[in-house]
Amino acid sequence: MSSAKRDFLTGAAEVAPVVVAYIPIGLLWGTLAAAKGLSPLEALMMSVIVFAGSAQFVAVDMWRDPIPVLLLTFTVLIVNVRHVLMSASLSRHIDAIPRALHPIVAYFLTDESWALAERRALQEPLTLAFYLGVSLPLAATWWIATGTGAMLGRALGDPSAIGLDFAFSAMFIAILMGFWKGPGTAGVLAASGAVAAGTHLAFDGPWYIVAGGLAGALYAYVTWRAGEEP
Amino acid sequence: MSSTALLAIVGMGVATYLTRLSGFYLLRDLNLSGPMKAALDALPPAVLMAVIAPVILTTGLAESIAAAITAAVAFFRLPLTVTIIVGIVSVVVLRAALN
Repeated sequence: MSSAKRDFLTGAAEVAPVVVAYIPIGLLWGTLAAAKGLSPLEALMMSVIVFAGSAQFVAVDMWRDPIPVLLLTFTVLIVNVRHVLMSASLSRHIDAIPRALHPIVAYFLTDESWALAERRALQEPLTLAFYLGVSLPLAATWWIATGTGAMLGRALGDPSAIGLDFAFSAMFIAILMGFWKGPGTAGVLAASGAVAAGTHLAFDGPWYIVAGGLAGALYAYVTWRAGEEP
Repeated sequence: MSSTALLAIVGMGVATYLTRLSGFYLLRDLNLSGPMKAALDALPPAVLMAVIAPVILTTGLAESIAAAITAAVAFFRLPLTVTIIVGIVSVVVLRAALN
């Protein structure tokens, strides 16, 4: 088997449980979109062009007649600001991927594909084949599940009833443990967790991810001492 | 499809794509060292922690305990799928037991 094919299949195998969890979430989003009056075509186009789960849930919640185009665009921008941090971090691990293809890597960047890519980069260089092995099943599942939900047009039950809402948290926890490098990491996590939780309680919206991420990075910055490089 | 709906979808798509692409160019060709490198090294775990913080710290006892169980399982470097399934089963059982 070629190394590219092996990398692709490794990525697809790692993402499999997340793909399963995408199905009910995507169906749910599609039914909510249909209930707000989006046609199946409009719902599918949003899933392909925007391709961002949490932003799409927020957008459908705000969707009304007349459609508030600027407000939707600005809100989605804010919901997705966390991606700037994720792509900045991932940019240090994409040297093995030709620069001309970086715009494609960017399109497929989701919380889930980013986390799995960072995890991969801990062990070996990130290849395009691995990244697409993770990203293509996620994207295809999202498009099909959301489109199907919009066509069915009625709710299929609450994913949290069978614990599938927790699948994403469980995956992030598992990947997080791979970044453990000793007591310094505990400080980073404490700073990030405390600031994120506090921000979440104090402010509506998704600011907590950016606030927590920057707090953890700031902690590492101010506690850095020369010669302690791992 | 209405042209306003299309405009909204394209606007949201462009906004999302810009957030995903911009980070690639922020650090390009920068030679990072010292505290700046330490801060960037801390970014992945910090962002991951921030993503899950509301669920594991502010949602409820069932989610907090299930997160601790998941972290303990992950500590032993079991396959990702196994860890996720343990997390899901834990949260279902704990929600049933505690509610």
